[in-house]
Amino acid sequence: MAKYILKRIGMALLTLLLIIFVLFVLVRIMPGNPFPSERMNATQIANKRAEMGLDDPIPVQFVNYMRGVLKGDFGKGTSLYYGVPIKTVLYTCINNSFRIGGLAILLGTALGLLLGISAALNRGKFLDGFCTVFSIIGVCVPSYVFLIFLQYFFSYKIPFFPYFFDNTRFLFSSTIPAVSLSLFTMSTVSRFTRNEMVEVQDSDYVRLAQSKGMYGAGLVWHHVLRNSLIPIVTVLAPLIVDLLTGALVVEKIYGINGIGKLMVDAITGEGVDYNYVLALGILYSALYIGIMMVVDILYGILDPRIRVAAKGEE
Amino acid sequence: MKDKTILEIKDLDISFRTNAGVIHAIRGVDIDLQKGETVAIVGESGSGKSVTMKAVTGLLDTNATVNGGSILYRYTDDAGQEQIVDLLKMSIRDLRSRINGRHISMVFQDPMTSLDPTMQIGRQIMEGMLLHKKVSRQEARAHALELLELVGITDAEKRMKNYPHQLSGGMRQRVVIAIALSSDPDILICDEPTTALDVTIQARILDLIKDIQRRIGLSVIYITHDLGVVAKVADYVNVMYAGRIVEVGNVNEIFYDPKHPYTWGLLSAMPDLETDDDRLYSIPGSPPNLLHEPAGDAFAPRNAFALAIDEKAQPPMFKVSDTHFAATWLLHPDAPKVELPEELRHRLDRARKEAGVHFDPPGNPAADPAGARKEAGL
Repeated sequence: MAKYILKRIGMALLTLLLIIFVLFVLVRIMPGNPFPSERMNATQIANKRAEMGLDDPIPVQFVNYMRGVLKGDFGKGTSLYYGVPIKTVLYTCINNSFRIGGLAILLGTALGLLLGISAALNRGKFLDGFCTVFSIIGVCVPSYVFLIFLQYFFSYKIPFFPYFFDNTRFLFSSTIPAVSLSLFTMSTVSRFTRNEMVEVQDSDYVRLAQSKGMYGAGLVWHHVLRNSLIPIVTVLAPLIVDLLTGALVVEKIYGINGIGKLMVDAITGEGVDYNYVLALGILYSALYIGIMMVVDILYGILDPRIRVAAKGEE
Repeated sequence: MKDKTILEIKDLDISFRTNAGVIHAIRGVDIDLQKGETVAIVGESGSGKSVTMKAVTGLLDTNATVNGGSILYRYTDDAGQEQIVDLLKMSIRDLRSRINGRHISMVFQDPMTSLDPTMQIGRQIMEGMLLHKKVSRQEARAHALELLELVGITDAEKRMKNYPHQLSGGMRQRVVIAIALSSDPDILICDEPTTALDVTIQARILDLIKDIQRRIGLSVIYITHDLGVVAKVADYVNVMYAGRIVEVGNVNEIFYDPKHPYTWGLLSAMPDLETDDDRLYSIPGSPPNLLHEPAGDAFAPRNAFALAIDEKAQPPMFKVSDTHFAATWLLHPDAPKVELPEELRHRLDRARKEAGVHFDPPGNPAADPAGARKEAGL
């Protein structure tokens, strides 16, 4: 198992390095200017380029950049938040996005599982139908539409929750965005859980367990749930990354200073901010790769067939 | 219920609700199982063999409706009292906690899918015991080891920790049998236990079940479409067609003196080394769609010997001997005399000679194959 995990980590780091390189080159060959060109004249821009080493050959720039990254230094913004280290800005934004995203994940996964399990156990009955309708709505309607509805009803009609995000009252003001963000996850998780469980319930090994005399909660817990969880872990992983990396529109509407908003600003600002785009790209990729790795390892724990395959590699 | 009868299925009638309509899958089935005996249920796919046994074990799909009938089961309860219960009247909860595994166990068709892929086989064997027998983990473990050895798995200690995918198909089926036997059942239902296995393993699994049956006095029900299996293991045979039992008898009566044209068809369709034909016989046509229930004998459209009355009325069970009954109008006293198809008659004669069976068919000259008399020295 240890070797399996080490191997996965090694692969993950290699993938990350490759992604950073591709991103680095792409950003540099992209048309446009990293500086707010309306406010700077040609000489200023040339000086700035020289100062940032942008005239060096790309491989040299890349090595220099990676040196900084390894020390945890992502440089400074070229046009955004001039002069403030990216780390500082990123920290605030990550903090907001992760906390709201995390809340949405917890809410979505817990309620999604609950809904999916109850639908599967009441197959063909009202709850099952409700779950289907709910999932379709949750998957089809974008989260910001829910956000606007919730804002309208629970901030305007019943003035209970705040209109906008307020860092000093974190939990209270995160409720509306977290709930609206969680609905997609909840729908997806509940639909998958329901379908997987229904399939497992019809499987031969559940029939065998029933013919042994297993029923009710014991049957679901020992035979149905574990076997249904494996595919659910797969769909959950990208959902988690999506939520953590912030929801662009929701952050914009609810005034949350998060990474989704930061990414949009970095690209659509006065100049394309090389360093922010890169730093965020690295963050997104690292998150994605990291979570996929966790999923790989989780598979090994949940599914003995994969565990043995991993053993075979040793 | 007779004294030695352990399971009595009477007038079982089951239908399924589907998108296409109601399918009347089981249309009055009677099956008796005596203590310590082996009964085989044979028939084509879709004839209702599995559904009947699923009704016994409470594993019917949710869209099934039991329209009538009873499944009486005689057992000795924990207090040592003899009980007769109607399995159809029990709630699922009751059935699972009192009957399934404990008294009636099942071996499924496909060993590749019938074990939980994420649970060690030791735990899967112990699960039933821990559930029913209120034994300690150590006792359950010891018994599981015994069972693994009983079903012929070597290195049982190590195998306990294996997952299903680490075992071959034959081994997995042995494990499934061990699971079925784990709580000392009275009845073992085998749903085509060897269909998914290769031929060499098939024989071993059948011998294994037979051997265990002899040792612990199980009653066994085989569901199969393989007449070779039936000949090897069964005491009694029920031939099923379109949701009804069309012929029942002991194994000699069915194999050497079949009365129902469908049974003739099944026997003719068995591959045989001696036959002169180049082609293997198959029964023409296909089983009826039970969405539209036939008015007369369901087999009539495929039956070369069908009479006019077959179109109008279902034949009742005609008695051939005390143990042999067949539902065909050909046995009616007014029916024209019909001889067994030539090829089949030769074949049955050969089989009888090979087996050295001296089988004396009861006096019913109408359907009595001439060969049988010769064989008996007449």
